Amino acid sequence: EEDTSYSHKEKHFFTHKPNMATILGKESGLNLKETELCLGLPGGGGVGGGGGGGGGGGSSEVETPRATGKRGFSETVDLKLNLQSKEDLNENLKNVSKEKTLLKDPAKPPAKEILEIEGDLEKYFRAQVVGWPPVRSYRKNMMAQKVSTEDVAEKTTSSTASGAFVKVSMDGAPYLRKVDLTMYKSYKDLSDALAKMFSSFTMGNYGAQGMIDFMNESKLMDLLNSSEYVPTYEDKDGDWMLVGDVPWEMFVESCKRLRIMKGSEAIGLAPRAMEKCKSRS
Amino acid sequence: MPRLAYSFPEEVLEHVFSFIECDKDRGSISLVCKSWYEIEAWCRRRVFVGNCYAVSPATVVKRFPKVRSVAIKGKPHFADFNLVPEGWGAYVFPWIKAMAAAYPWLQEIRLKRMVITDECLELIAKSFKNFSVLVLTSCEGFTTDGLAAITANCRNLRELELRESEVEDICGHWLSHFPDSYTSLVSLNISCLGNEVNLSALERLVSRCTNLQTLRLNRAVPLEKLANLLRGAPQLVELGTGTYSTEMRPEVFANLAEAFSGCKQLKSLSGFWDVLPSYLPALYPVCSSLTSLNLSYATIQSSDLIKLVSQCESLQRLWVLDYIEDAGLEVIAASCKDLRELRVFPSDPFGLEPNVALTEQGLVSVSEGCTKLQSVLYFCRQMSNAALDTIARNRPNMTRFRLCIIEPRAPDYLTREPLDAGFGAIVEHCKDLRRLSLSGLLSDRVFEYIGTYGKKLEMLSVAFAGDTDLGLHHVLSGCDNLRKLEIRDCPFGDKALLANAAKLETMRSLWMSSCLVSYGACKLLGLKLPRLNVEVIDERGPPDSRPDSSPVEKLYIYRTVSGPRLDMPGYVWRMEDDSALRVS
Repeated sequence: EEDTSYSHKEKHFFTHKPNMATILGKESGLNLKETELCLGLPGGGGVGGGGGGGGGGGSSEVETPRATGKRGFSETVDLKLNLQSKEDLNENLKNVSKEKTLLKDPAKPPAKEILEIEGDLEKYFRAQVVGWPPVRSYRKNMMAQKVSTEDVAEKTTSSTASGAFVKVSMDGAPYLRKVDLTMYKSYKDLSDALAKMFSSFTMGNYGAQGMIDFMNESKLMDLLNSSEYVPTYEDKDGDWMLVGDVPWEMFVESCKRLRIMKGSEAIGLAPRAMEKCKSRS
Repeated sequence: MPRLAYSFPEEVLEHVFSFIECDKDRGSISLVCKSWYEIEAWCRRRVFVGNCYAVSPATVVKRFPKVRSVAIKGKPHFADFNLVPEGWGAYVFPWIKAMAAAYPWLQEIRLKRMVITDECLELIAKSFKNFSVLVLTSCEGFTTDGLAAITANCRNLRELELRESEVEDICGHWLSHFPDSYTSLVSLNISCLGNEVNLSALERLVSRCTNLQTLRLNRAVPLEKLANLLRGAPQLVELGTGTYSTEMRPEVFANLAEAFSGCKQLKSLSGFWDVLPSYLPALYPVCSSLTSLNLSYATIQSSDLIKLVSQCESLQRLWVLDYIEDAGLEVIAASCKDLRELRVFPSDPFGLEPNVALTEQGLVSVSEGCTKLQSVLYFCRQMSNAALDTIARNRPNMTRFRLCIIEPRAPDYLTREPLDAGFGAIVEHCKDLRRLSLSGLLSDRVFEYIGTYGKKLEMLSVAFAGDTDLGLHHVLSGCDNLRKLEIRDCPFGDKALLANAAKLETMRSLWMSSCLVSYGACKLLGLKLPRLNVEVIDERGPPDSRPDSSPVEKLYIYRTVSGPRLDMPGYVWRMEDDSALRVS
């Protein structure tokens, strides 16, 4: 049985192998420590007991690194989590270490499951156990539809129930992430979540409501000329837009994917974004 | 002595048998002797098929030539929670086709968890001249075009109920296909439809069908239109509202309140999507006579819920979200003394932290105050053995107990121990318990209790529980009346299953997913028990490509008299029995 030891001191359930993460981090100039798989305890946000759930491909597995120094993504473990307190955490760690682990080829790229994790990891785990809690899809769809009551013509498909997952890429980061936009209520929430995921990125220049002040061209130009990162998104029409130009709800509706790019690269988007903005108002 | 002198004429026997409606008794009658078998078969009017693959349409139609009413169930229960992949089966078409030929006088079709296409609906509309009842519960595969075929052609339609089905809503005009001369509607349930129906057609339909007793609207029907509909059907017994929210306008409110007070027969209310609490008082005139109230989509706060429910003194069934909180349940315990069934659904099932003040205490209160309580479905975030013990002692008359502690493997929150003793108390004291769903931290012990005391148990649902095969063994060997067993994410493997293989023929079905049953064991079961269909569901590819010792993803075993089914999708493999290997 593998001895997976965890750094309890850091109150992290498991972490990447420092080697790979720091190497990649150094290469891209990002501090990837923040993007490590770190599950905190309840309070700051605990971990959902979602592991070990049945699903299309069997249990929802999450990879955990070995203590030895091999690459972190080389193992998968059946999570049986029930974290109510730190004592439970320790108890469960003992349980987890008894689980069978599958060795994967360290040279292979990391499994998709690890990477496509939204900012709020705990919620990810809860939601990823297929069919648990046992709430019928019909009910889930009905409750999810409360977000937009005007849109009654909306088909009750499971995509409504699972939220609005969009991929997030950041220029220079080696992996993509995924966020569920329906988990956030405002640009600020999203910004905070993205900041946690990609720690060198902030939307600080966006003003109180997090919306771009398009009328202030010089301010806009400053932003775009900086080496700061700006968030952009692809909308339903396939156009790439600056995040923050429309009301939050409209953004959630129309956003298909997010890309965080250097301000200087986003400069080409600004005119288009402004045009679209003008045509709407 | 001529035997004839001692036997009743057939007509007399038929007449006697017509008073026996229960399927089980009908089955017993048919076993008495050959002539009773034949007579009974000839006069059986209702057939219930609990598993559409347990018997073929041809067999049913051959044995019971004069059936008027059919009820069929398809997918396993866990399909409700997305554990059964798309395309698994449960197609009703072969049944409709066989019945179209054999039962021209068929009147009623009731389906649950089946796939029914527009083609099927058209065939129904065309084939059965006296067709009167169509109830589709948790079904899928059809569109509003199919419904149009029904409404246009079924002159004698009395009931059309779409309960929580997935309907592709193409056009709301299907409702308008009822001819103007059509007045026989008794029950209409369109609650699951996404789009608007033609409201003026609905209003006209409702007002000319004077026998209308049940009307369940969909969310698209605005609150402003409800009063008019009610005025058109003051004889309504069951109503499902549409959206129960609009701008607060006194005249709309007054209109609504007046309409409700005109409905003197109203006993059941549901719907309540998007509730504006200030419109709830419009219901007050009918509250005291309500026996059934479904507020399980109403995201309103405890105080508003309490104001409403405290007036429903005749309530027998209550479905509500956990916004009711412990405080609300205490009020219910004090006010709804006739309560038989309580279902509390989670408002935020995926959230980690509790968002409402609902704990085990709410259920304890209700179990104390509502002496007739026999059916419970309760989602909560904490439970204790002590609470379960109290509930069990309070309510030995409990027949259905389904508890879902949201966190898998959550222990007794007070003692940190498994909840074995608590559930043990439930099965021990509730001697008539027929249905049980477990949750929380559970060891093999709880199954020992269940096997020992759960003698009347017919359906058991298990998730994230148990330690070893011993747990499963207790259940299979102890529960004499077990019909349906569904298990997910439990460490149960081959031993218990193989040791109790014969038990499987006495049950309707067994579902096991994310457990430790090996492919080899499945093969063995399939080989030795030809009267079972042992179906392995595995989306990783053919089980043959993995070692025999490797656990299967999902397993569905059911008894059948009709052999292998012919419509298995690519990810389902049936384990062959001996007969397949014999040279014929």
